[in-house]
Amino acid sequence: MKLETLRLTAEEGMGLLERGEVSAAELHGAYLEAISERDDELHAYLRTVDEADGPSIPIAFKDLISTRGVETTAGSKILAGYVPVYDATVATRCRETGLTLLGKTNMDEFAMGSSTENSAYGPTRNPWDPDRVPGGSSGGSAAAVAAGLAPWALGSDTGGSVKQPASLCGIVGLRPTYGSVSRYGIVAFASSLDQIGPMAKTVRDCALLYRIVAGRDPCDSTTVELPQPVEIPEREDLKGLRVGVPRELNDVEGIEPGVKEQVDRTIERCRELGAEVGETSLPRSVDYGLACYYLIAPSEASSNLARYDGVRYGLRVTGDDGVRAMYDRTRDAGFGDEPKRRIMLGTYALSAGYYEAYYGQAQKVRTVIAQEHAAAFESFDVLVSPTSPTVAFGLGEKTASPLAMYLSDVLTIPSNMAGLPGLSIPCGLSDGLPVGFQLIGPQFSENTLFQVGHALEHAIEFDFVPGRLA
Amino acid sequence: MSWEPIIGLEIHIHLKTRTKMFCRCEVAYFEPENSRTCPVCLAHPGSLPVPNAKAIEWTIKLGLALDCEIAERAIFHRKNYFYPDNPKGYQISQYDEPLCRGGRLVMPGPEGDAEIGIVRAHLEEDAAKNVHVGGAEGRIGGATATLVDFNRAGAPLVEIVTQPDLRSADQARRFLQLLRQTIVELGISDAEMEKGSLRVDVNVSVRPEGSDELRTRTEMKNLNSFAFAARAIAREVERQIAVYEAGGEVEQETLHFDPGAESAPPLRSKEEAQDYRYFPEPDLVPVEPPRELVERVRAELRESPATRIRRIAAELDYDLSEELVTSGRDRLYERVPGDRRGVANVLMNQFAAAGVDPEAVDPEELGKLIEARSRIPRDKFTEALAASGDSGFAAEPYLGDGLVADTGELEPIVEKILDANPGQVEAYRGGKEGLLGFFVGQVMKETQGKADPQVVNELLRQKLS
Repeated sequence: MKLETLRLTAEEGMGLLERGEVSAAELHGAYLEAISERDDELHAYLRTVDEADGPSIPIAFKDLISTRGVETTAGSKILAGYVPVYDATVATRCRETGLTLLGKTNMDEFAMGSSTENSAYGPTRNPWDPDRVPGGSSGGSAAAVAAGLAPWALGSDTGGSVKQPASLCGIVGLRPTYGSVSRYGIVAFASSLDQIGPMAKTVRDCALLYRIVAGRDPCDSTTVELPQPVEIPEREDLKGLRVGVPRELNDVEGIEPGVKEQVDRTIERCRELGAEVGETSLPRSVDYGLACYYLIAPSEASSNLARYDGVRYGLRVTGDDGVRAMYDRTRDAGFGDEPKRRIMLGTYALSAGYYEAYYGQAQKVRTVIAQEHAAAFESFDVLVSPTSPTVAFGLGEKTASPLAMYLSDVLTIPSNMAGLPGLSIPCGLSDGLPVGFQLIGPQFSENTLFQVGHALEHAIEFDFVPGRLA
Repeated sequence: MSWEPIIGLEIHIHLKTRTKMFCRCEVAYFEPENSRTCPVCLAHPGSLPVPNAKAIEWTIKLGLALDCEIAERAIFHRKNYFYPDNPKGYQISQYDEPLCRGGRLVMPGPEGDAEIGIVRAHLEEDAAKNVHVGGAEGRIGGATATLVDFNRAGAPLVEIVTQPDLRSADQARRFLQLLRQTIVELGISDAEMEKGSLRVDVNVSVRPEGSDELRTRTEMKNLNSFAFAARAIAREVERQIAVYEAGGEVEQETLHFDPGAESAPPLRSKEEAQDYRYFPEPDLVPVEPPRELVERVRAELRESPATRIRRIAAELDYDLSEELVTSGRDRLYERVPGDRRGVANVLMNQFAAAGVDPEAVDPEELGKLIEARSRIPRDKFTEALAASGDSGFAAEPYLGDGLVADTGELEPIVEKILDANPGQVEAYRGGKEGLLGFFVGQVMKETQGKADPQVVNELLRQKLS
C-alpha cells in the first residue's frame, strides 16, 4: 500500500507508528518518495537524508540548524560543503524524542528575506501555485509541510520568517517567545530576535513540536525554563477570551482586500465562539517597528557574519596577496546581495558617531514597543491581525525592490521586536491562495495561542492540502 | 625647566581558571596545537558563549582587593575587528559597563603613601595565537604561511587600567610588583610575565613640573619584564623631554617592542583610531552579581601586601620590607624568630638563592640556623638552607656542635701553628702531604678541640699551598 503523505498530520503519523501499521523506516521512505515526486518542481529541500535514524516520525529542518554530519549551509555559498561537528540543541532534542531527520530545507541566505528567492541555491516555489513564492525566509520548511513532503518542520523567525511563509503556504507556524527555544547551533542572523519555531499542518502538531524543542538550555544563556508546561489544545470554544484588534495592524496601507476580508471573517468567528472582541491601538509599534528592525537586525548580522572569513571552514578564495585580500575575495564571492546589503547597513549603524542615533535609538524604541504591547495586554488576552498584508506573490515580483520585500514583514515585526510569541493559522483563501491569521500573546502565552488557534482551526475547517495537489 | 613624567598602565592577566571564559575547554598553554578547542572557541556557526562563573567571581575578588566599586549590572560587549586570531570576528569584552571600576591601590613608599587610581578592571576573552611559518623563526616578515593555534582562544583575561597617576619609571616598576603580588595572593592568576600570564602596556607623557596639563602620550607594548618596562619608560621620558626642549612636539604613536630582542629599537606606528563598533553582546544576559556573593568574596580577602609592607617597614627599612612582601617571603619573615634585620637579609639573599618554598619551612628551625650562621661554614650554611624546606628538617646537625667555624677566629691560630713549625711546613710543601693531619692536631690542641675540623682543613690547605 502506498502511504499518502499529503494529508498526514504528525499526530496521525505517530498514531500509525504506535499501532504498528507502519514502521519508522517506511514512513521515512514514504516522505522520500513524495519528495522525489514533487520536489523537483518545488525545491523545498536542499538535501535529504536517506535512512531513518530514529523510531518516530520524520522531521525537516531549515538549513540553518546545525546537524552533525549533515551539510548545513544557511542557504549561502560561503558555507557550501560545511558539515557541522555538532548538533544544535533543537536537533538533539528531536533526536532524543526519536524523530528522524528527513532533510534540510531551503531558505533565504542567512534567513535574510521574505520569499526564499535569496537562497544561493535557487528559489523554492509555493505548492499552491508554483509561479509564486512560498514566503521566507523559512520558505523551504513551509513548502515542504504544505506539499506533504514532511509531516512537520522547524523554521526560524527573526522578523517573521516562520509566520509569514506559514501564512503564504496555508500551514500553522509558531514564532515562540524569545528565550523559550535554544538558539545553540542555529546559524545566527540577529541574535536578539532569532527564535526557532515549529511549522505544521495543525495547531496541535505545532504544540507537540514546541513541547519537544522548548525549555532552558545551559548552552544558550538567553533561554529560560518555561513557566508552565506546554498543553496540547483541546477546547473548541473561546468563552471568556478577550480578543484585541490593533487598528494599525489591520488598517496599514498595503493590506489586500481579499486578505482583509478573510481576517475580518475570522475575527467575527472569534465572537461566534464566545470571545469578547475589542479594538486597540499600537501606533508607535507599527510606525517605528520596521525601521527599528532594519537597524537592529542588520547591526547584529554585520557582527554575526564576521566569522565567515575563509580561515576555518566554508569557502576560501585564496591568493598570494595576504590575509586581508583573502577575506575580501572570500566574502565577496561567498555572500549574496542581501547579506552584503545588510552587513553594510549594520556596519554603518554601529559605527562611532552613528551608534547612538541608530542602534542606540532603535533599542530605546524597542523598549517603547514592548511597553505599548504590554499595555494592550492589560485589556486583551490576544491581539489579532493578518500575518502578511498579501497572499503569496509572484516569483521575481519584489526582488527588484528590497523595500517592497521588507514591507512583507510589516505586521509580524512589531511583536517580534517586543520578544512576544505569535501564531499564524490559515483562515481561508483569497483568489485561491491561503491567507494567514496572526495571533499575538504576552510572553510565554503559547498555551493560550494554541487554544485559540485550535478552536479557530476547527471552526474554519481550512483544507491545508493545496487544491492543485489534492 | 624641570619635567614631570605622567604614566598610566594597562595590565592584562590570565585567570588560572580550569576552563575558558565562554566554553568548557580546558585552559592549557603547552599542549599540542588546537587540542583544546570546541565549536564555541573555534566560532563554528551557531555556537554560543556561556560565561565562566569562576572567572566572574575572581574578577570581583580582584576588584574588591583594588577597592573598586563592583557593578550591580555589568554588560559584555562585542569588539568587532577582523584578524585570523579572532575567530568570531569580534572579541567578547566589556566596554562602558565593566564589572569593576573606580578603585585604587595605595602604595607605601620611601616618601610615604601614594594613591594610584584604578579606572576599571574588566573581563574579556583572549585571542588565538598566530604562528608564522616559512620565514625567520616565528616572525611575520618573510613568512610563507600563518597557522593559527586556538588553544589560547577564549582563555579568560582581566584588563586593569590605572589612572595616569604614576610619576616615575621606578614607581611604575614598584607598582607593578605590588599589583602582581596582590594578584598572586588572591590565587586568581600566576601573573608571570615570562609565561605571558601578565602583560603590560604603558602610556607615557611628560609635562612641565607644576603644570596640570596632559600632553600627547605614546603607548608602549610588548614589554617583557618589569625591569625592562622601567628602562623603556625612563628612555621614553628622556626622549620626550628632549623633543620638547628642542622645540618639537611629541607625536601620538605606539612603540611595539620585540619581545625576543630587548635591545632592538621598538617599531613605531601611528595610532589609527580604529572603530571597533562596540555593542552589547546579544548572546549574553547582563551579569548581576548577587550581593551575597560580593560580600562572601570580600570576607575572603586577607591582609593586603601594601598593608604588610607598611607594617614591616616600621621595624625594617622600606626597601627591605617591600622586597620581602613582593617576593612572598614576608610571612615567613614574621614567623622566624631572631634579629629582624639579620633574618630579613638571610631571607632575601642566601635563602632566596636556595629557591626553597617559604611555605614549607619550619620557622623555628630556620631561626636557629640563622642565629648560628656566624659559626657555620658557608657551604654548610648553604646546604642547610637548601634542606630547610624538607619535611622534618632540624637545624641541630648543621650547628657544628658548638665548634668554632668562624675563619676570622681560626685564622690567627692556624698562622701561629704554621709559624711555630717551619720544618714541617717545608716538608709538606715538598710533597709530604700526610703532614696535614699533624697541623690539624696542633690547631685542635691549641683550641682545646673546639675548632671545626673542616674549616681548619680548608684554612690549612689555603695557607700551605
